[in-house]
Amino acid sequence: MALLFSKMWRTGLVTEDLPSGGDEGLHLARVVEERTRRLLGRSLAIREVDAGSCNGCELEISGLNGPVYDCERFGVRFVASPRHADMLLVTGPVTRNMELPLRKTWEATPDPKLVVAVGECARTCGVFAGSYAVVGGVDRVIPVDLFVPGCPPEPLDILRGILKALDRLPRR
Amino acid sequence: MPPSFEVIGFLGIMAVSYIAAAAAALLFEDDRARRVTGLLSAAGALSGMGAAALGLAAGGSSVLELPSALPEAALEFSLDALSAAYLLLIGLVGVPAAIYSLGYGPERAVGAVDGALGRHSTGWRPARAIVPLFLLAMSLVVLANSVFTFLLFWEVMSLASYFLVIGRGDSPENLSAGRWYAGMAHAGFAAIAAALWLAAAGTEAGRFEEIRQAAGMLAPAARHAVFLLALLGFGSKAGVLPLHAWLPRAHPAAPSHVSALMSGVMLKIGMYGLLRVGLDLLGGGPPWWGGLVLALGVVSALGGILSALVENDLKRLLAYSSVENIGIIFIAVGIGLVFQSYGMAGLASMALAAALYHAINHAAFKGLLFLGSGAVLQATGTRNMEEMGGLIKRMPQTALCFLVGSTAIAALPPLNGFASEWMIFQSLLAGAAIPYPLMAAMMAIAAGTLALTGGLAAVCFVKAFGIPFLAMPRTAAAEEAREVPRTMRLGMGLLASACVLLGVLPFAAAPILSRAFFGMPGLSDTPAAFRLGLVMEAGAGASAISPTALALCLLAAGGAIPLAFRLAGSSRALRRAETWGCGRAVQSPRMEYTSTAFAEPLRRVFADLYRPAKTLDIEFHPESKYFVRSIQYQSRIRAWFEDAVYRPLFGLARPLAGTGRLIQSGSLHLYIAYIVAALLALLLLARWM
Amino acid sequence: MIPWLLEGLQCLLTLLLAPGLIGFVRLLKARLQGRRGAPLVQPYRDLAKLLDKERVVSTQASWIFHAAPFVVFASTLVASLLIPLVAAPLPFDRVGDLIVVVYLLLLGSFFLALAGLDTASPFGGMGASREMTIAALAEPTIALAIFGMGAGAGSTNLGEIVARTLAHPGSTLGSGHLMAFAALFIVMLAECGRLPVDNPATHLELTMIHEAMILEYSGPYLALVEWAAQMKFFLFLALLSNLVCPWGVAVALRPGTLGLAVAALVLKLAVLAAGIAVLETRLAKLRLFRVPELLGVSFLLALLAITSSFLVR
Repeated sequence: MALLFSKMWRTGLVTEDLPSGGDEGLHLARVVEERTRRLLGRSLAIREVDAGSCNGCELEISGLNGPVYDCERFGVRFVASPRHADMLLVTGPVTRNMELPLRKTWEATPDPKLVVAVGECARTCGVFAGSYAVVGGVDRVIPVDLFVPGCPPEPLDILRGILKALDRLPRR
Repeated sequence: MPPSFEVIGFLGIMAVSYIAAAAAALLFEDDRARRVTGLLSAAGALSGMGAAALGLAAGGSSVLELPSALPEAALEFSLDALSAAYLLLIGLVGVPAAIYSLGYGPERAVGAVDGALGRHSTGWRPARAIVPLFLLAMSLVVLANSVFTFLLFWEVMSLASYFLVIGRGDSPENLSAGRWYAGMAHAGFAAIAAALWLAAAGTEAGRFEEIRQAAGMLAPAARHAVFLLALLGFGSKAGVLPLHAWLPRAHPAAPSHVSALMSGVMLKIGMYGLLRVGLDLLGGGPPWWGGLVLALGVVSALGGILSALVENDLKRLLAYSSVENIGIIFIAVGIGLVFQSYGMAGLASMALAAALYHAINHAAFKGLLFLGSGAVLQATGTRNMEEMGGLIKRMPQTALCFLVGSTAIAALPPLNGFASEWMIFQSLLAGAAIPYPLMAAMMAIAAGTLALTGGLAAVCFVKAFGIPFLAMPRTAAAEEAREVPRTMRLGMGLLASACVLLGVLPFAAAPILSRAFFGMPGLSDTPAAFRLGLVMEAGAGASAISPTALALCLLAAGGAIPLAFRLAGSSRALRRAETWGCGRAVQSPRMEYTSTAFAEPLRRVFADLYRPAKTLDIEFHPESKYFVRSIQYQSRIRAWFEDAVYRPLFGLARPLAGTGRLIQSGSLHLYIAYIVAALLALLLLARWM
Repeated sequence: MIPWLLEGLQCLLTLLLAPGLIGFVRLLKARLQGRRGAPLVQPYRDLAKLLDKERVVSTQASWIFHAAPFVVFASTLVASLLIPLVAAPLPFDRVGDLIVVVYLLLLGSFFLALAGLDTASPFGGMGASREMTIAALAEPTIALAIFGMGAGAGSTNLGEIVARTLAHPGSTLGSGHLMAFAALFIVMLAECGRLPVDNPATHLELTMIHEAMILEYSGPYLALVEWAAQMKFFLFLALLSNLVCPWGVAVALRPGTLGLAVAALVLKLAVLAAGIAVLETRLAKLRLFRVPELLGVSFLLALLAITSSFLVR
C-alpha cells in the first residue's frame, strides 16, 4: 500500500492542457441553441451509444476518462442512463438492429440534449457504406448537432468536439 | 365492586348484538344476511369498546356473576383495566372488519381462478354466523373471571376460528390447515387447562381473586409448572416459535376479515392469557421467567420475518409477519417480567406498556394489511404475488391503505409501528442497567435482533407492497382488477387512519397504556418511567422523541420543497416515455423483478437457515451438448425446522391415535353406552368420596 | 430565538455543504489518480443544471415515483435538524433521537426502493432489492452502536450524548467507543453506497446498487435524489465525527464559539473525507455476496464495543 501511494506521489498529475485551435475539421450539423449552451456549459453528462461501431472510436473515447485527457476537469462525465444524460455520443454506422435502440435512447434523454456523432462511420458509414446491414449515418435516425471526423478520431479531437458543441473551446 | 349500570348495559348490548348478528346470518337471505350481520357485529364491537372505555375511566375492577346451579360452573366476569384494554383492541379491529365484511362477498368470485374465494364468500351461511360468535367468545375470554369461564370461552373461541378456517370443508388445503390448527389449539388448551387447574387447586370455585390470594402459598415447583404450562399453551395460541406451525397455515385459509381478526386480535388473546396468569394471578416470578419469554420472542421475531421474506403467497407472508410481531411483543413482555422480578417497578411498567402498545399497533396495521390482501384477493382471485402487479392504478385507494400499513409495519416514522418499537428499544436500553452482565448482554443482543428484524421487515414490505401494487400487471386477472366496494374501503380506511393517529399522536394511546396494568403486582401504578405526551419520554425522561413534531416537520419539508422549486424557477417540463431498458424492443411484465428475485439476496445470505433445495434440469440437443433445448430450474424452501420439531411428535402421536381409534367406532349406541358408563363411574366416585 | 436560528443554520449547512463534500472526495480521488479532476463546485453545477432540465417519466410510473424524491429529500432534511452539527443541545433535540435519525434515513430508502420497482424496469427492481438487503443487514450494527452509546451516556438523544461526552470525556470515550466508531464507519460505507460496497462511479447496470434504483429519474427529480444522497453522506460523516470527537461543538452560544464550531465541523469532515478518498483509491469493490461478511465484521465490532463497556463498568 505504501508502494502504491509513494508511486502516486512521485508521478503527480499527468493531465495535459488542451491545445487551442485545430477545430477546422469539426462539422457543426445544427446550430446549438444559446440556452442549451448556457445550461450545459459547465456540467455535461454523456451517454455513449455504440450504434454498430468497430470499437475503434470506443477505445479513443475511453481515453477521455484517463488521467492524460481527463474530461472531468471540464465538468464532462459519462453516465449510465440516458435519463441522466445531456449528450449522446454516438459511434459507428447505424446498423439495422441498432436503429430502434438508438431512437429509444434519444427519446429517453430529457431535453435540452445534444447529439455528437463520433468517427467517419457515424457520418458516411465509412467502409460499411452500402452494406445491407447498415441503415446509414447517425443523422438518418436522430438529429445530430456535431460530427467529429476521423477513423478513429483522437481523444483530443473528440474532446474538442464536445467542447465546441458547448462553445467552450479555449481561445487562441 | 359491582359493575355500574352503564357497563352492564354496554356489555349486554354487545352480547345481544353479536348473538343477533349470528341469528341474522342464518335467518336471512344472502345479501340481506351480509348487511344485517355486518352491521350488528359492528354494533357489538362498538358497545364492547364503550364498556371498555367506561371500565378504563373507572379504574379498579368490577365483577359480574351470572346465576348458575353449580358453583364450580358459574359464569363470572370482571372488567378491570387489562380486560378493558383488550376489549378496546378487539373493537379496534372488530368494527372495521365488520364494516369490511359488508362488501366482502365478491360477484366475480363465482368460478374464480382460486377456489378460496367462492367457498367463503358466496354465502356459506354458517361461516357468516360464526364470525360474530368468534368476536363474542374473544370478548368474553378477556372478561372471564374464573377458571371455568375462561376455559369455556377459550374453547368456543378456538372452535369458532377452526370452523372459519375449514370453511365448507371442500378444499384439501383448508382441511389440512384445520387439522394443524385443531391439533395445536387443543394441545394448547390442555396445557392452559392444566396450568389453571393447578393454580386453582386450593381454591373453592376457581375464581381469579381466590387464585390471586392462593398463589403466594403455592410451592415454587408448582408455580414454575403453572408458568411453564401457561407459556406453552398461550404461546401456541400467540404463535411464538416453535409453536407457530398452525399459524401460517390457518390464517391464510380463513376469509380475509377473519384473518384480520385472527392475526390482529386472537394472537393478542394469547398474550393476554400470559399476562393474566404470569403477572396477575401468579404475581410474577424469578428472572428466568422473563428471560425465557424474551428468548422466545427473539427467536420468533427473527424466524418469523425470515420466513415471511421468502414467501410469495401474500396472506402467508402476512401470517409469518404476525409471528415476527408476536416475537417483538414477547421481547417486551419478557423485559417487563425481568424488570418486575428485579423490583424495578417503573421500568417494568414501561416495558409492559410498550408491549401493549405494540400489540395495539400490530392489531391496527396487520388487520389493515389482511383486509387489504382480501381486497386484492377479491379483485384478482389469487394470493400469489407473482400473478399480481400494477394494482395501484386499478385500485388506488386500497393501494394507499396497504402502503400505510406496510410503512407502519416496517417501523418507519412517523407511523405507529415506529413509536412502539422505539419504546421497546428504550426498555431494552434501560435493561443495560440491570446489575447482572449476562442479563444486560441479553438485552443488547435482543436490541440487535430487534433492529435486524426491523430492517428485514422493511425489505419484506417493500416486496409485499411493491410486487403486487407497482409496475405492470403480470396476468390478465391483475390487468382486469378493479377497486373493491365502498364498505371494504371504509373498513381499510378506518384502520389506516388508526395507524396514522396511533403513531403521530401517541398520547391518544396514553390513557390505555398507563392504566392497563393498574393494580398489577410489582408494577408502579403511576408510571414515571415513561410519558406519552406531545413528547414521548422513556427511561424517566432520559430519551425523548416527538412523533407529532416529527410528522409536522416531514409535512412542512415535503411541502416546502416543491414551493422552493417553483420560487427558484426550476423546470416544470414533464414528458412521458417508455421505461428505459437499454433500448430493448418491447417492455413486458416478464422483465419485471419478481417476488422471488427480490428476496434472493437475503435468501443467499441466510442460506444456512433456509437450506433451499435446488434442482437444475438441462435438456441438451441430441446432436450436440453445446445446444440446449430446455432448462428447468426449481428452488424450494422447505420448513425443515418444523419437520425437525414436529415429525418426532407425529411419530409419537400416530400409534397413540391408532389405539384411541379402537373406542371410536362411530356407532351411536356405543357412544350412549360410554356416556352411561361415565355417569355411573362418576356417581360411584362421588359416593365413595 | 437564537437556538431556533441555529436549527435553521444546521439545515442550511447540510443543504449547502453536502454537495461540496462529495466534490471534495471526488477531487481528492482524481488527484490520487493523477488527474486534474473536476473543480470543487462541480456537484453544485450538476444540481443547478438538473433543476433546469426536463423530467422524463416512465409510462408505467404511478404517483409513488413522483412522491419518492420528495419523501427522500424531506426525511433527510428533517434528520439534519436532529443531529448536533454545530451546537448542542438544540430545541429539536427532543423531537428525535439517534434511532429516529436512522429510521428517517431508512424511510427514504424504503420509498426509493418502491420507486425503483414502480417503473417495471428490471434494473430498478434489482437495485431496490440490493439496497434494501444491505440496509437491513446494516441495521443490527447501528442498533448495537446506539445501544452502546446510549448505555454510556444514559440517553439516545444526540444532543445529550454530545453534551455528556464533552463534559466527561474520560468516562464516555474508551476502546468501546472506538470500536463503535469503526463499526459505524463500515455501516456508513454501506449505507452511502461507497466502495467497497457500491461503486458510485460505475457504468455497468449489473454491478449497481444505489445507481440502479434511480436509473429512471431525470431532471429536478434526479437533482432531489442526488442531493438527498449527498446530504445523507454529509450527515453520516458529521454524526461519526461529532459522536466520537465532539470537540468544537458549541455548548454556550456566543458568536466566537459558533464560528469555531463551523470551522471545526468543516475540518473534521475534511479529515474523514480525505480518509474515504484514500480508502476508495486503495480498495476494489467487493462482490455483492461478500458484503454481508463485511457487515458481519462491523456487527462483531459493535458487539465487542458493548461487551467491553459492560466489562469496564
